[in-house]
Amino acid sequence: MLALSVMMILPIIYIFNHAFKPYHELFIYPPKFFVQEPNIQNFVELFWVTSNSIVPVSRYLFNSLFISAASVIGVTIVSALCAYPLSKHPFPGRKWIFATIILMLMFTPEVIQIPRYLVVSNLGIMNTYWGHLLPVLALPVAVFLLKQFVDQIPDSLLEASRIDGANELIVFVRIVIPMCMPAIATVAILAFQNSWGNVETSMLFMQDDEMKNFPFFLSTLTNNLANNVARQGAAAVAALIMLVPNLIFFVILQSKVISTMAHSGIK
Amino acid sequence: MWSRLWSFRVSYLFMAPFFICFALFIVIPILAAVGLSFTYYNGIEPPRFIGWSNFQYLIAQDLLFLKYALPNTFKFAVIVGPGGYAAAFLLAWLISRLRGSLRKWVALAMYTPSLTVGIAMTIIWLPLLSGDRIGYLNSFLLKIGFIDIPKLWVTSPELLMNSMIVVTLWSSMGVGFLAMLAGILNVDTTLYEAGKIDGIKNNLQELWFITIPSMKPQMLFGAVMAIVTTFKTGSIGVELSGQNPTPEYAGHLIVNHINDYGFIRFEMGYAATISVFLLILMYFANKLSWGLFGSKEE
Repeated sequence: MLALSVMMILPIIYIFNHAFKPYHELFIYPPKFFVQEPNIQNFVELFWVTSNSIVPVSRYLFNSLFISAASVIGVTIVSALCAYPLSKHPFPGRKWIFATIILMLMFTPEVIQIPRYLVVSNLGIMNTYWGHLLPVLALPVAVFLLKQFVDQIPDSLLEASRIDGANELIVFVRIVIPMCMPAIATVAILAFQNSWGNVETSMLFMQDDEMKNFPFFLSTLTNNLANNVARQGAAAVAALIMLVPNLIFFVILQSKVISTMAHSGIK
Repeated sequence: MWSRLWSFRVSYLFMAPFFICFALFIVIPILAAVGLSFTYYNGIEPPRFIGWSNFQYLIAQDLLFLKYALPNTFKFAVIVGPGGYAAAFLLAWLISRLRGSLRKWVALAMYTPSLTVGIAMTIIWLPLLSGDRIGYLNSFLLKIGFIDIPKLWVTSPELLMNSMIVVTLWSSMGVGFLAMLAGILNVDTTLYEAGKIDGIKNNLQELWFITIPSMKPQMLFGAVMAIVTTFKTGSIGVELSGQNPTPEYAGHLIVNHINDYGFIRFEMGYAATISVFLLILMYFANKLSWGLFGSKEE
């Protein structure tokens, strides 16, 4: 088990090492796994490149952080609100709606870009934060995941609190949410990952450079370098920067999940 | 009927925020794409309606599709789908048996590969699998004398598919895995105690009789996600081999075919047709998994 997890994580360690390798080590033969003379030359290179751009990098970073935070909050709330009735209320059209969500989950995103672009431009949210946020807000996976977890909450528990005089909103906030904490944390991780690495909205819906996000900026620096020598170091650092926030977010939430399970009185 | 709808107004109100976004950014574009699949559309001229001929061409004449994309996708999906799914479940189960802080770190180790898409993918795997003596894998195998000449892991048509499968499996511990892990941790512990009293002897029995039945919703979720992600995989062959299309179409999957028509040949109408076909394919794969894991009400 431990051996396997070491195997799985080796390439990640490689990314970390790679980011600190000087140029002569990036192309050494035979290749070294661990960095011999760690230095921050690559970081310097990346920031030197970035300092030449017209829009300051901090603006891109701010955009990314803001959009990611907003979408994590938005996605979790919106999906949880949708999943609860879908699972527990026998309203007309329920099966139909759920089937639609699953079906839409399966459609390949490539071909819907053009229609999506038309929708966004007709709504007049080009070049606004709404244009970043709204298209990622509906995440069918999140609703599906949460619905599967809400399914497991016993009906009797909800019934009992309704008899005690709780309305649907209170039932939702006090019972459904706490009981689905693991799922909500998972959805938050998913939403963060989804919006942090998202270059699609920047590429298609934002014409102003100061509205684009950080990953898009990085991808413009490091495009097409599979066979290149130049900027290889900057690319290594960029990969690291893209990865690290995801890791941090995951670690924080995952420990939250485990501690909630230990302390909640549900079991 | 109307009074019945009205009596559930709270349910609809709860779902409204999701549904507005869902309809605007997902349902409408997809319906538009389905509409496009019956047209000739090159992205510049207005779409021209041509009825079923896109579909006819797809299943009767498109040799690249029939000879490479379809069989490749099947081979890829049959191995990666169930394989990744079983691996994700087993790992989730093993991790759930670890203690406290160790559990967190092992879960992290398993999950991180699924984050490394795009740039990271090429940075890690290209040097590892590169075809000359310098590649990590080649230089290692040469050193221990396992092979005599360097193997072209990502550029020879015979080996590309295998490399793709390995790399995809490596990065497949994504959301399905997390959901199953959370599901296992969510199982009511009193059930295990009750099970012990009822004579459950070992861990495997516990897994089979208690854990799996009580996490059916997560199992189903994992299965659907496994299907969706495997069928939607496409760029990996191109990323690994560095060539588009992949050498001798060895790694040509349906999604590559869609990209080929949509963004290289700019036949958006035909690309939409292939997407609709892929959707139908996934729909049937899903039917299968609902049959296995779905509860009766669905």
